[in-house]
Amino acid sequence: MDWDIVIGIETHVQLRTKSKQFSGASIEYGNEPNSQACLVSLAYPGVLPVLNHESVNCAIKFGLAVNAEIAPRSIFARKNYFYPDLPKGYQISQFELPIVGQGILSINVNGQNKNVRILRAHLEEDAGKSSHGVSQGKTGIDLNRAGTPLLEIVTEPDMSSAEEAVAYSKKLHELVQWIGICDGNMQEGSFRCDVNVSVKKKGTDILGTRREIKNLNSFKFIKQAIDYEVNWQIETLEDGGKIDQATILFNPETGETKAMRSKEEANDYRYFPDPDLLPLLVTQKQINEIKQTMPKLPGEFQELFEKELGLSEYDASEITSNSNVTKYFLSLVDSGVNPKLSANWILGSLFSRLNEEDINISHSPIDAKRLAELIKRIEDSTISNNAAKKVFDFVWDKSDITIDKAIEDLGLKQISDSGEIDQLIDEVLKNNQAMIEEYRSGKEKAFNALVGQIMKVSKGKANPSQVNEILKKKITK
Amino acid sequence: MLNLSLQSLSLGLEKKTFSSQELTKFYLERIKRHNTSLNAFISIDEDKSLLMAKKSDELIAEGRPSPLTGIPIAQKDIFCAQGWPATCGSKMLENFIAPYDATVIEKFNAAGAVNIGKTNMDEFAMGSSNETSYFGPVKNPWNLELVPGGSSGGSAAAVAARLAPAATGTDTGGSIRQPASLCGFTGLKPTYGLVSRYGMIAFASSLDQAGPMAISAEDCALMMNVMTGHDKRDSTSVERDKEDYMSQLNGSIKGLKIGIPKEFFSQGLDPSVQTLVESAIEQYKNLGAEIIEISLPNNHLAIPVYYVIAPAEASSNLSRYDGVRYGYRTKEYDDLMDMYFKTRQEGFGNEVKRRILIGTYVLSAGYYDAYYLKAQKIRRLISEDFTNAFKKCDVIMGPSAPSVAFKAGEKKEDPLAMYMQDIYTISTNLAGLPAMSIPAGFTNNLPVGLQLIGNYFSEAKLLNIAHSYQQHTDWHLQSAKGFD
Repeated sequence: MDWDIVIGIETHVQLRTKSKQFSGASIEYGNEPNSQACLVSLAYPGVLPVLNHESVNCAIKFGLAVNAEIAPRSIFARKNYFYPDLPKGYQISQFELPIVGQGILSINVNGQNKNVRILRAHLEEDAGKSSHGVSQGKTGIDLNRAGTPLLEIVTEPDMSSAEEAVAYSKKLHELVQWIGICDGNMQEGSFRCDVNVSVKKKGTDILGTRREIKNLNSFKFIKQAIDYEVNWQIETLEDGGKIDQATILFNPETGETKAMRSKEEANDYRYFPDPDLLPLLVTQKQINEIKQTMPKLPGEFQELFEKELGLSEYDASEITSNSNVTKYFLSLVDSGVNPKLSANWILGSLFSRLNEEDINISHSPIDAKRLAELIKRIEDSTISNNAAKKVFDFVWDKSDITIDKAIEDLGLKQISDSGEIDQLIDEVLKNNQAMIEEYRSGKEKAFNALVGQIMKVSKGKANPSQVNEILKKKITK
Repeated sequence: MLNLSLQSLSLGLEKKTFSSQELTKFYLERIKRHNTSLNAFISIDEDKSLLMAKKSDELIAEGRPSPLTGIPIAQKDIFCAQGWPATCGSKMLENFIAPYDATVIEKFNAAGAVNIGKTNMDEFAMGSSNETSYFGPVKNPWNLELVPGGSSGGSAAAVAARLAPAATGTDTGGSIRQPASLCGFTGLKPTYGLVSRYGMIAFASSLDQAGPMAISAEDCALMMNVMTGHDKRDSTSVERDKEDYMSQLNGSIKGLKIGIPKEFFSQGLDPSVQTLVESAIEQYKNLGAEIIEISLPNNHLAIPVYYVIAPAEASSNLSRYDGVRYGYRTKEYDDLMDMYFKTRQEGFGNEVKRRILIGTYVLSAGYYDAYYLKAQKIRRLISEDFTNAFKKCDVIMGPSAPSVAFKAGEKKEDPLAMYMQDIYTISTNLAGLPAMSIPAGFTNNLPVGLQLIGNYFSEAKLLNIAHSYQQHTDWHLQSAKGFD
């Protein structure tokens, strides 16, 4: 039987503010447990939440980036449940009226564009951390993270494969960093995905029962977890079984998913508007002001690169897949280097070397300024493109040597002196009378063979376009 | 001495007739002598109080006193005051020492007032008789067999027996005004948002409001000057210019339009209370006020609406008392759930548990719309009643409570009868309006209060209306006998 896969994703994005969602305590990662647990984080009697407006600005930026409506009035609500790392006994979140409404994020999988609909995004606060077995039979509670501002971004169930889910997550991960609202650090939990998966018989409109895989913090795990879960669900159904709605966890060590709690045990969160906080009002003026501070978005850059700089759709999309790549590209172009050549170099030699050594482009040993120098030497015919690759590899780990010095040391300087090229050509022609005749009788191939010979004699240093030009003059009669 | 106004005490301090330390010792002595019978205070700390008095004396000596410098004030045990216990009348917080100052406490400290002790109260401010306190019931100074009202019963008894010149209270459904009525003094619940709730242990966040409890309107005005003001730590605190509540005290009330809601004089009101309230209103008429009959058609819904909204908020506000970080934790438990159950079972009293259950129920999936949401809609109707009424009148008057003080134990086992105590006070909390209770006479040697309800932020006007009455009557100057 054929099955359709239906996936929706809820992502918790930790916002890049200085302090917590409702207090002035720091949200810095990795400090001594409870050193950032202020009275509000500890939920002492009598303390009250005060909204961090920086997080509101982050939410507005996100809304603008996915073309969503920003609610002029949204409401903070209490989500009530008991757990030791939830000090108030409720989490402040947004329920009925979130700050960000419906939007769109487009993804590209195997050359196919697809729009993933964003259902909503709302502000909330994180819980603390429980460490079980800190000492025998005891659980430690660290409230440093309690109250950290989060934006929860919820999609419609628009993805139909693990690949699409990963593409969406990557695109979102890139976007939130691009607009500067999240540091994107997945290991530290700054970007965590809950993935809702269900399967349905091909062709039907009736959705299957979904299970929610909680807290996936790497793209690899998202893929593995979905693959495992989809297989499990299909097998279960084909064996005549039934899927129960459940919250499940993915175990990276076994690659398996396992139910955490079933729907029957699910909490009734008793949401109601938080009487300690006023409705959150956002004015059009505020939105406009934030709009002014927003960087150009990836989609806008892509369009610009295609239309204004003549990049192919593929190149433009790759160059705008990450803000650091775009920045690198822009500084190449700014230093006057040909855009197409720049894109070729970034997506070619630079990417393969960075991938090989697992280095982020922002830390590339050859920065944009240096690569620009190299590409300029191709443009002014000092070296050939092939020679430039040799220089690139040579200077990769030698920051103290200039590009020009490297070209000289490697003896790769191109011969562009027409007298010298003249001599080289004459020498080759002297020994290849037959080929000249062939060319003259109409065999174009002979011309290329002659060029090859000349380049070989010059040890690849002769300027190819000059060789072409002069050779043509000499043998065309 | 015992009936001196706060301004007179201040003058005495300034003129060095007595020092703050002498004044503080005087009241501490009185507390020592009478607290055993009244149980008005949960904690007293002579050293701390006297140290504060010493500092105030220094301020006075340096010639930098402000109007409350050196004056002892009793603080309801719902406020956090750094280094003092803040029990909120509950076993749950029996050993909790506040590590910070509530904004109200901070303001009194900054003014140089002396904290004379923390007063008894109904557990988490839930009650109208002060019988739900884990620290035992408070007695009414006018008759020790009677309740003082609640939840600010300790502050009420302290002011009525003059164990403190003035006290703070909080009012969620009538907790300042009903005890003021039952104990015979002046109490004011300000407009919601006028006094910061930061550091005031929450019962029902959208209703809780702190206010002064004192002998006279003038004393309340002086306290309001200290207590009010915007606080960025409380998001529901209103941003508006600070007022001088003393400035309007001697304004004329000629032509004042007093609205009398017929719903406040219906079944359930004790006839002797009604007579006194009516004669107080008659007195206002003699002072040049005009009487207008008005209607608050939805007032009868105030109690049911309140007992949905207040418990809903309370059930969530009280979730933090889980035995994990501070406060009471049960001695022995098998696992987390067992710890939660036993801690909350043992740490909370019955009335608190009853309200947590009601609140949890009305917020539950499937009941939310029928209870919580509906209650919010009716709450708006109740507010609109007042908005309409204030188109016709400047102030609304009526009884503060349906009866005089009742016997301890009489309503303890009948929550609905107890809840009726707040029938005239609750609607103003739901609307967020300011209201006062002032002494309006005695029946069978028991005080009766007149309630004054004003429009939003009309505290200065309300205080003036109360003050005018107190210029022509001395009900407020009468104190309970037997507390020498």
